[in-house]
Amino acid sequence: MIATLLVVLQVVVATAITPLLIGVMRQVRARLEGRIGSGVLQPYRDVRKLLAKEPLRAEGSSIILVAAPLVLLVSSLLVVALVPLVTTANIPAVPNDLFVVVSILLIGTVALALLGLDAGTAFGGMGSSRHMMIAALVEPTVLMSVYALSIPVGSSTLSKIVVARGADVTRVVTPAGLLAVVALVVVVLAETGRLPVDNPSTHLELTMIHESMILESAGRDLAWLEVGSWLRLTALLGLVVNLALPWGLADSMQPLALLVAVVTLGVKLLVAGGVIAAAEVFMAKVRLFKVPELLAGSFVLAFLAVTASYLAG
Amino acid sequence: MNPFRLLKLIARTGRIAEPAPAAPVADTEHPIPKALRGSVQVRHVDTGSCNGCEIEIGAAFGGVYDVERYGARLVASPRHADVLAVTGVVTHNMVEPLLRTVEATPRPRLVVAIGDCAHDCGLFAGAYGVAGPVSDFVDVDLEVPGCPPRPEAIVEALRRVTGR
Repeated sequence: MIATLLVVLQVVVATAITPLLIGVMRQVRARLEGRIGSGVLQPYRDVRKLLAKEPLRAEGSSIILVAAPLVLLVSSLLVVALVPLVTTANIPAVPNDLFVVVSILLIGTVALALLGLDAGTAFGGMGSSRHMMIAALVEPTVLMSVYALSIPVGSSTLSKIVVARGADVTRVVTPAGLLAVVALVVVVLAETGRLPVDNPSTHLELTMIHESMILESAGRDLAWLEVGSWLRLTALLGLVVNLALPWGLADSMQPLALLVAVVTLGVKLLVAGGVIAAAEVFMAKVRLFKVPELLAGSFVLAFLAVTASYLAG
Repeated sequence: MNPFRLLKLIARTGRIAEPAPAAPVADTEHPIPKALRGSVQVRHVDTGSCNGCEIEIGAAFGGVYDVERYGARLVASPRHADVLAVTGVVTHNMVEPLLRTVEATPRPRLVVAIGDCAHDCGLFAGAYGVAGPVSDFVDVDLEVPGCPPRPEAIVEALRRVTGR
């Protein structure tokens, strides 16, 4: 019962903070470009506006156009509930196992790809095929790198990995741990459509990946798509920061522990988001055909991490 | 580019955006839909412009005038848009695409005619390829005069919509 309450609290906190994370990332970028920026609260205003608009749907489109945004949103909320962000507690019926989380992420990925195909536009199909190519390259690396971290713990349950790493500082700074975290950062950037794999603020249809799949969605549908993909960023970035700095998470309903957990999550996420946004200013999008090389590189790091954790224990 | 050089450039350049002018007075006769307050996505439609207005729109969304600070953003699809920024005279070939773009934009939506050509065909009035000004084909909510209009005027029109 307490575990369920904690997980509900985690979903509420993560959902509330997600637009702020996106707002901070956009603001950091705007400031570094010499702009004023639209303020860190702009994503909240965007979502509110989208929810007030009519969801216009193309003639000849199917139920997918309505269902896929909801599937993406629900899958993202599930991932947010399972990944240890605020709490290390988990609902006993649904283990927050690495393989469960990756499978649920894939449900959202497939829903997005189907959405891109649904309206039958050329750009949507192109986006879907690129999206699936990246997904196929990303998932093995996510599995491998978290697997490397799970070997010393002896369990692929994410919350157990975080607890074990938090209890023993020497586990955090091992060669295997560092390699795995670096590999994870690269694949998280690819999975959430950030530079150098995809440019979230592009207007050029030919270079789009994520944006081109959602070109045909409007109003409420678009709001769910935006929130769903932002939540994926929160969940994956939160997983990375909690694996790299596994401290501050709550395991009980104590108010002080909860407060500390929420505040540390907020600080960790916003700082990590700010660093990513600042780094993106120095980067250009790489050619699509170079993306597999980048992701193969991160797979090699993950593979080395697994080897190192077998050798070094 | 060498990241350290870029970092030095960023530090030396600082803020390039100009200070914000006073917010325009709201037009009580033609109220802007409440839903669009604070956040406006703009889709640009060129129906036969000489590209003068495009340069000024580019400047309005660039770093110096930075209309994004008021909550306006350019988007790639009319489905994501709240405002259609139409530039140029409407040529015969662009009548149908213009009507379809307006149709593809979810309500509440606004059409902003930018430049003298969009208003009354300007320099190109009476030319053989011209079908007419924008208001002959779709309802125009706001007009930005000028040939081409100054970026400040475009920023002001968009600020009327965002109310910021």
